[in-house]
Formats: sequence, structure tokens, C-alpha cells
Amino acid sequence: MSWQVHLPALLLAVPLLGAFLAPLTALGGKGLRNTWFVLVSAAFTVIAFLLWTRVGSTGTAIYVMGGQGWNLALPSGMSIPVRILMEVDAFSAFMVLLSAVAALAGALFSIAFMDRFSGLEKFVALYFLMVTGMFGMEITGDFFNFFVFLEISSVASFGLVAFWRDRGEALEAAFKYMLVSTLGALMVLVAVAFLYSKYNVVNMATLGKVIEWGMVEKTALVLFLTALAMKCGAVPMHMWMPDAYAEAPAGVTCALIAVSQASLYGLFRVTYTIFGAFMGSPVIPWVIIVLGVLSMFIGVSMAVIQKEVGRLIAYHSVSQVGYMLLGFGVGLLALSDARAMAEYGFTALKGGIYHIVNYTMYKGLLFLSAGALYYATGCRNLNDMGGLGRKMPKTMVLFMIAAAAIAGLPPFNGFVSKLYLYESTFAVHPILAVFAMVTSVLTLASFVKIFQTAFLGPALKKFENVREVPGTMLIGMSVLGVAILALSLFPTWSVNHLVEPAAKALVDQASYVGAVFAASLTGGGL
Amino acid sequence: MNPLSVVARTVCNLFAWFLAVFGIYVIVHGHLTPGGGFQGGAVVATFMAFLLVAHGGRKMQSWVRKELFTLMECIGLTVFISAGLLGMSNTFFFNFLAKAGGLFGSTVPLGPNPGALNTSGTIALMNLSVGLEVVGGLSMILLYMFSGVHPEEPFGREETGHDR
Amino acid sequence: MTGNFPYLVVGILFVMGFIGIVFEKNLMKIAIAVSVVEAATNLFIITLGYRSGGSIPVWTMAGSGSSRMVLPTPQALTLTAIVIGLATTALMLSFAMSIYRHYGSLDVRDVRRLRG
Repeated sequence: MSWQVHLPALLLAVPLLGAFLAPLTALGGKGLRNTWFVLVSAAFTVIAFLLWTRVGSTGTAIYVMGGQGWNLALPSGMSIPVRILMEVDAFSAFMVLLSAVAALAGALFSIAFMDRFSGLEKFVALYFLMVTGMFGMEITGDFFNFFVFLEISSVASFGLVAFWRDRGEALEAAFKYMLVSTLGALMVLVAVAFLYSKYNVVNMATLGKVIEWGMVEKTALVLFLTALAMKCGAVPMHMWMPDAYAEAPAGVTCALIAVSQASLYGLFRVTYTIFGAFMGSPVIPWVIIVLGVLSMFIGVSMAVIQKEVGRLIAYHSVSQVGYMLLGFGVGLLALSDARAMAEYGFTALKGGIYHIVNYTMYKGLLFLSAGALYYATGCRNLNDMGGLGRKMPKTMVLFMIAAAAIAGLPPFNGFVSKLYLYESTFAVHPILAVFAMVTSVLTLASFVKIFQTAFLGPALKKFENVREVPGTMLIGMSVLGVAILALSLFPTWSVNHLVEPAAKALVDQASYVGAVFAASLTGGGL
Repeated sequence: MNPLSVVARTVCNLFAWFLAVFGIYVIVHGHLTPGGGFQGGAVVATFMAFLLVAHGGRKMQSWVRKELFTLMECIGLTVFISAGLLGMSNTFFFNFLAKAGGLFGSTVPLGPNPGALNTSGTIALMNLSVGLEVVGGLSMILLYMFSGVHPEEPFGREETGHDR
Repeated sequence: MTGNFPYLVVGILFVMGFIGIVFEKNLMKIAIAVSVVEAATNLFIITLGYRSGGSIPVWTMAGSGSSRMVLPTPQALTLTAIVIGLATTALMLSFAMSIYRHYGSLDVRDVRRLRG
């Protein structure tokens, strides 16, 4: 048995160790702290990659924390798993991989970006705690730990959003974000308690096996849906998102995006894996679809009128989350109908999943380049900027890549995922596809606006001393830029190897349940 | 925060120590009785809160430094995660000390008993480390909250940020 | 019948806390309301695990006396939730303090620089 069975545990242990030792490394000075920051980030990215390849080759991986053996899910003949269980299927592994890349880029960018501030050892510790919570949400196998990791990542991110505490706005944004997140997390906990009251288990796989359809389950489902939609920034509760994203330091925002994707992951794990068998009635799928369409449209129309770069890009996050909700909602609608699934449902699901990876990459890059503009010029308002293209050519190119990708210009990756979504939603109802296309056009319009105001035009007198941002920031941005280009240049490869296994794993509820119960048959100390 | 009257301070000097002793008891017996690292740590942090209220923050800050608490937090958490990592030959957080003899390694006696302190393996070790961490963390929260409150100063003084 | 009283209390506390979060104007009172919702959640979980006449769930006690035990899992869950609640409450109060120093007010109607 190779050491690779321990990858799920290492994925959590490495950033945790990184967080706990960060204040001590600060004693060794700035260089040691930065080295530690990069080293741990690189380590968890490598682990995430190895985990992804392992899950791709050997199927769903499970891990029993503190057990006699790593796969001893049911010790001494118990009928339900009793220990803390990690379960990584292809969808989880996919989420882990892209979160790790986003977190690595944010970390690389933060080194130079945050260099002129104090209190950085706490910054590094909180950053790693947030990453731990994010990974935990994506690989955990029971609901209670989902709540715990949700809170770890949330509490760490409150601190990071309020890092610039000399700005009242940052504190205001953090308070707002905190209120929404805490309430959402408590709702998740109440939902877990409801399920526990009936089945006496919190394990996801067991719940997926034994669950029935009644009042308790409906209440739990509604609570889960509300809470996780709040956390990922769908429309009725989206107000925290532009505030928090725009006020947090840019490198943090890049990782915050991945954190909100982890909430989205939770939403789909709940609806597909636990409640998947009861989605025959179209109410819940349509709720998700309507939420998605509203988020898309309201988000983008709010974005067009913004003047601050950060807020403009952050409102686009709301609209992009809408795309994913749309895709997953359509997939959910087709879940219990094999013919509809083959016809349009699976395409929608592929579109949604592909959009998750695209969104994380290009949105992260957009926030990083907005941060680079702020770093170089010190201003946030678009009206004060202009003619920066000559001063910061590399930032401009990277921004252009991201903007073209988010607007869905062919041949960039955003185009591919949006095409999947248009095709499949058109089969459900043409109006959905129309909304998606209008949103796409407005997205293009607002990014042309940023590009034109910030980078083009005559060079301004006050920006004479502006220089290109330091190398490490450019490296952080290039990580995401290269990822976008790779996804754009090899769309077939990425759909076949990245997206399809994840989509298949999400639909295949039986294998998620079976992995826990099958592994225990071969159990024993290994 | 100004110091309280001499009566309050004297009573605090006498009785606050019982809080500390009780808190440490709760931490050390975490694996036998209700309570544990967090609860005991919170009790010990109450001891710090007592001192802070009775003697005022200025004096408190001359007695202890925030760096001490940061160090306590770091050591506690590092011991915790190391205890998890050392069990890696089986699994992460595997209780490798239990029933192995030595420190915390004896077996648990059956039936009602007063409780044997030298049992339960890494659980006791983790209780100790969590206790250390919680004492550090909560005391630091108290001290930071104190340094945020300056009732003698008028509002509107700009907050000092992280700018150097 | 009387066994359901705790759930009634949970319901009342939850609604009270929720109303507080939505309608209160003072940041401190909002933080208190969040704590009330937290308390309601914890009470809910701990009530779920209670078995009347049950003893403490300690393994070495299992053979003697009553064989009924209250469920240990909800207690572990509540304990974790309490720890998390402490962290969020402390952070929320610190934010309220800092916001007061920037805005000179704890009223949510004054703390509105971010809009649109």
C-alpha cells in the first residue's frame, strides 16, 4: 500500500501545519516567512494534483481519520460509519485541484502586494486556515464536518476581509459578510440536526442510502438550499459579495472566490447526492434555475453602472455564479429522467462544471490585475485612471486574456462553457438561453469599459512614475493566465479529462454511497 | 480601563488563583471528567479577565506580553497537529499511544472507578495542547479588546492600520 | 407532551433571534441576536440527543446501573458549535468596536458607505 492513500489527510494537515507555524517563522524574519508562505502553498497544490490523478486512476478515495486502517469505515461490524470520514470522488478532486491553483496564485501575488504592511504572520496564518477550511468542505464525508470546515474558512476570511482595518469600508464589508455567513452556517447546522433527529447519522453516504421523502427532509433541504445559496452569493442575498470582494486584499479575493465555489460544491453535493432521488418534482430544480437567471441578470446590470474596478468585477461574480446555478439546475431537472439527461441534462452539467473551473481562473486573474492596478496607482476609481497600458504592458496582456475569457469570446474557455449552457438551456426553455446571451453581451460591454478607461487613452501626468508591478505578483497572475490559455487551447482535453469525470461522479449517486460501504468489506489494518 | 477599588483588588488577589487551579484541573482531567482543553482553557482565561478588570489594563500589560500568548498558541497547536501526524503509520490522528504503556498508555479499568489519569493516549496529550492554545488565544482576545477600548480618548482618532 | 417543551423554547428563541437580526438597528444588538440564534441551535441539538432517565455516556459505566445513555454525538456537535460561536462572537464584537471608531456610531443606518 503506497503512501498515496494518505493524500486526503495530508491535504488538510499541510495547510494546517503551515498556519500554525506561520507566527513562529515570522521570528526568522521576512525572508523565512515568505519562503514558508510559498513552500506550503506549493506543497498543497502538489498534493491536490496527486490526489486528483489518484482519484482519476483508482476511483473514489476514502479516508478514515484516526482509524486502525485508512479504509476501515465500519469497524467491528457496525452498520453505519462512526469515525470522521473523508470521501473524495472525481467531483471533489476536481474542486480541490482548482481551489489549490487559485490559492497558490493568491499566495504568490500576496507576497509583494502585502509587503508594505505589518502583521503579515497573522495574515499568512489566516490565509492557510481559510485554505484548510475550503479543502475540508470539498473532501469531507459527513455533514457536521462540512459545517465545521465552513466555519473555519468563514471565520478566517472575515479576518482577511477586514485586514485593512484602517479603512472603515473594509470593516463594514466584513461585518456584513460575517452576518450573512454566520446565519447561513447556523442554518446548515439546524438542517444537519433535522437529518440527525430522524436517521441518527451525519454521514453523507449513509444518508444518501437511507433517506426518505418527508417533512423533516423537506425542511432540511430548504435550509441547506437557503444557507448555501446565501454563502455562494446568489441574488436575494448577494449584497455581501461585492462589498467583501472589493474590500479584501486582492490575493485574498482570489482565494475567496474558491471558498465561495466550495459552498457551491456543498449545494450540489446536497441536491445531487443526498436528495437526488427525489428531484422528480421540478420545484427545487426550477428554484435553482430561477435563482441562477436572477443572479445572472441583476448581477450584470448592477456591474455595468459601477465606477470602482473592484466592485465592478465583484458584481460580475454574482452574475457568473448565476451561470453555474443555471447549468446545475438544468442538470437537476433532468436527473430522474434518463432520456432528458442524455439529451440536454448532461450537457448542462458539463457546462456548469466547466464554468466553475473557468470562473475561478479568470475571475481570480481579474481580481489580481485589479489589485495590480491598485498597487501601482493607488486608486480604485475608474474615472481617475487612464493610459496605463504603456506603463504596465504585462498586466494589460493578462487582464486582456481574463476579460476575453469572461466575456466568452471565442476561442477562449469561457466561450466553450457558455456554449454548452446555451445549447442545453435552449432545450429546456428558449428564454433561459436568451437571458444567458444578454448577460454575456453586457459582460463584454463592461469589460470593454474597464479596458478602455484604465489601459487605453493618453498617458496621464499623475501616472508618470507608475511602474510595472514586481515579478512575484506577475508570476502569481501568470499561473492563472497560463491555466486559462491551456484550457482555451485544449478544450477537448479539458472536457474529457477534467470536466466529464466530475460530471459523471456528480450524477452517479450509487458509487458515492457504495465507496464507503464497499471499502469496509476489504477493511482491516493496512 | 481603570483599576477597581482596593477591596476588589484584594479579593481578586486572594481568590483569582482558585480559578487558575480549577482551570488547570479541568484541562488535565479532560479525558476523564466533563470538560477538557477548551473548557479548562476558558476558565484559565477567566482568571486573566479577573486580573484585567481588577487591576486595569495598563498594569496587566506590564505583567504579560502578547508575544507570550502567541507563543503559547503556536506551541499548543503545533503539538496538537504533531500528535496527529505521528499516528500517520496507521492514519492521521490515530491514537498511537493508547494501550502502548508509558505516558498515558495504560488500559482503562472496567466498571465504575475514580478514573485513571494515565490512560487514553493522544487524547490527553491533545487536551493539554488545546488547553494551552485556548489560554493563549482567549487571553490574547481579551488583551486586544482592551487595547481597542480607550474610553478616555474622544472618538474619531484614526485607527492605526497595518501601514508601516 | 412536556417532552416537547424544549423544542418550543428552541422555536421561540430562533424566531426571536432572527427578528432581532432583521429589525434591530444597533450593531451590538445584532451581535446579541446572532448569539441568541446560536443558543437556539445548540439547545436544539442537545435536546435531540437527550433520553429521559439516561446516564452519562461513559464507556466504563456502561455495565453498571442504567443501561440507557444519552447520545454522545450531539454533545460533541454542540461543544464544537459552542467553540465556533465563541470565535464568531468575539470577532463580531471586535468589528463593532472598530466600526464605532471609524463611523462614530453603531447605528446600521449610519454605517452605509458601501452601496450601489
